[in-house]
Amino acid sequence: MWTWFHKLASPPYAYDVAGKCQPWFWWPSLILMAVSAYGGLVLAPPDYQQKDAFRIIYVHAPSAWMSLFVYSTMAIAAGVGLIWRIKLAHAFAAACAPIGVWFTGLALITGSVWGKPMWGTWWAWDPRLTSELILLFLYLGYLSLRSSFEDISRADRASAVLAVVGVVNVPIIHYSVIWWNSLHQGPSVTKTGAPTIDPSMLWPLFCMIVAFMLFFAAVMCDRLRAEILKRERSAKWLMKEVAVAHERDGVPNV
Amino acid sequence: MVQGLGEVAWTVVVRELKLTSRRWDQAVQPLVFFCVVTTLFPLATTSDLAELRHIAPGVLWVAAMLASLLALESLFRPDVDDGTMEQWVLSQQPLAWLLLAKTAVHWLVTGVPLVLISPLLATALGMAPEAWSTVIASLAIGTATLSVLGAVGAALTVSLRRGNMLMALLVLPLEMPVLIFGARAIEVASYGENPSSSLMLLTAVLLFSVSLGPFAMAQAMRIGIE
Amino acid sequence: MGSNASQAAQVLFEARALHLWRGDHHLLRGVSFAVQRAELVQVVGRNGVGKTSLLRAACGLLPVEAGELFWQGQLLGRVHDEFNGALAYLGHANALKADLTPLENLKLGVHATPHDGTQKFEKVLDALGVAACARLPVRVLSQGQRRRVALARVFASNAPLWILDEPITNLDADGVGRVEHFLAEHLNGGGAIIAAAHQRLLQNDARVRSLELN
Repeated sequence: MWTWFHKLASPPYAYDVAGKCQPWFWWPSLILMAVSAYGGLVLAPPDYQQKDAFRIIYVHAPSAWMSLFVYSTMAIAAGVGLIWRIKLAHAFAAACAPIGVWFTGLALITGSVWGKPMWGTWWAWDPRLTSELILLFLYLGYLSLRSSFEDISRADRASAVLAVVGVVNVPIIHYSVIWWNSLHQGPSVTKTGAPTIDPSMLWPLFCMIVAFMLFFAAVMCDRLRAEILKRERSAKWLMKEVAVAHERDGVPNV
Repeated sequence: MVQGLGEVAWTVVVRELKLTSRRWDQAVQPLVFFCVVTTLFPLATTSDLAELRHIAPGVLWVAAMLASLLALESLFRPDVDDGTMEQWVLSQQPLAWLLLAKTAVHWLVTGVPLVLISPLLATALGMAPEAWSTVIASLAIGTATLSVLGAVGAALTVSLRRGNMLMALLVLPLEMPVLIFGARAIEVASYGENPSSSLMLLTAVLLFSVSLGPFAMAQAMRIGIE
Repeated sequence: MGSNASQAAQVLFEARALHLWRGDHHLLRGVSFAVQRAELVQVVGRNGVGKTSLLRAACGLLPVEAGELFWQGQLLGRVHDEFNGALAYLGHANALKADLTPLENLKLGVHATPHDGTQKFEKVLDALGVAACARLPVRVLSQGQRRRVALARVFASNAPLWILDEPITNLDADGVGRVEHFLAEHLNGGGAIIAAAHQRLLQNDARVRSLELN
């Protein structure tokens, strides 16, 4: 088991495995998304209070969940890279970050869109949205720090420290925001909670979360390969791969 | 024979205080900045004390956060520039302890004056004297936490040429819980109620930051020194 | 490297197959060297070849991609604290606070031990010819004088291993003479030195070995 894990830390092996796994994540993800969309948009009955507006939860909740999941994954990978000095773990963390930003952005936009019919405004300082916004700032800070260092190794390690510090703070931030919000609860603002649960409403939600996770895995396979390419530019194994690919495609070798 | 932890912390404190005493102007700047920023809010909103009272806790806190961020410029960068930090990294003493001692003195010099002048500014913003003790307690605990969290950001960005804005962006989201608890404590006290739950939460965040922050600082500093 | 046990026991510091990249540039390619007691290893090479990087990697300030460092036969990672206590490093920067006096810098340094009294530091500063400025802020000293104060920090320490990066920059002939006296004394006492300098240090001394980087 350890030998496999150790092997996985080698860029050529990981490059290979990621390439092979990608379709196994991609197609199930698309299929599940289609199924959940059908279940959520067509099969689930309209909500008693919110009518059809609640349906955005099928995108909003999974993206919010993913934004947190990706941040935690990124921080764990960064921590592993920092403690055990595994370069690939740093590459993994670097590949995660932009995906996390997209999920957070999606959660914010869908949350805002949901807010319009519910509260009449495009933005409200409710705990979920405010936490997502702060999470977005954490992601952007991570990306900014990364790009400030010229040397990739230093960028990796400094941003790893930041990611670990950030992930430790995320629960604190989350609960402090909930606490802050509960103090100023206005009478007309209802929480962006899940509507009254009917099982036919619930299963598309879980299905969509699984679909999003698979989507993340699929995209990560590609992004990780891209990161490996970027970092191992001058490595021998990569030169060989390129030569093989050139031969196969009939491109003359330089 | 090597200096013990207490001795070396004392050496750091003496050194920092001596350095501060020869650069008075730098020590006073955060205090003046705090007052100036606080003045901006009445100018921007209203001169009516009754209305200012509502936003006073927030104004004091935001001004304190900004002053703390600007003061952090002088925490580590001078030492890294003149090579002193390299010697700290190479010493037998735990780097986390040295950095914590330095941050503590920095707070004493840049944070405590803010705390002492805050009751005056609170009154200027329309708050009643009954809230003074909470203002002082909240800002005292809060600015200490801001110094520690800010020091982590400062250590991460110490080798970057224009790192100050980035440091602020990294540190401000982490400081939001401190802001929430601190401002809430003052607000509650201004209504005449007991602020102890907010103050306790604030203290908890401080203790958490002080116990873990120095290790993050040390790790970041080693990377910054390379 | 000596094959008999007593010589091997004198090897204080060893580096094996160090590889270091600066961005995409492969700076140090498999550099190996060892320093014994009473030996001065002088690192030579043209500008930009990696002398400073090698010295900093030896101290542990700069992490290496590949290769190992040994202190008294043990991996550096394991005896980190002991190594730090046995090392005195002088880099390009003087590591002096400009607003403090030389004496204050030395006494309030993080390497100072409780036994170090003002007398000891005054003696070293005097031997380096900067006793007159011992109580002036470093800010008003010339570059050469500052360098001498920085060297005083190293010379006043009890560290057996000195790693010096361009120790005699900004020094006049008198300063160089004084520094070389200290270097020789250190070797006499069984200490070891690794230094990078463009000028030949301790000329005609048999205990100096050259390490050429290219």
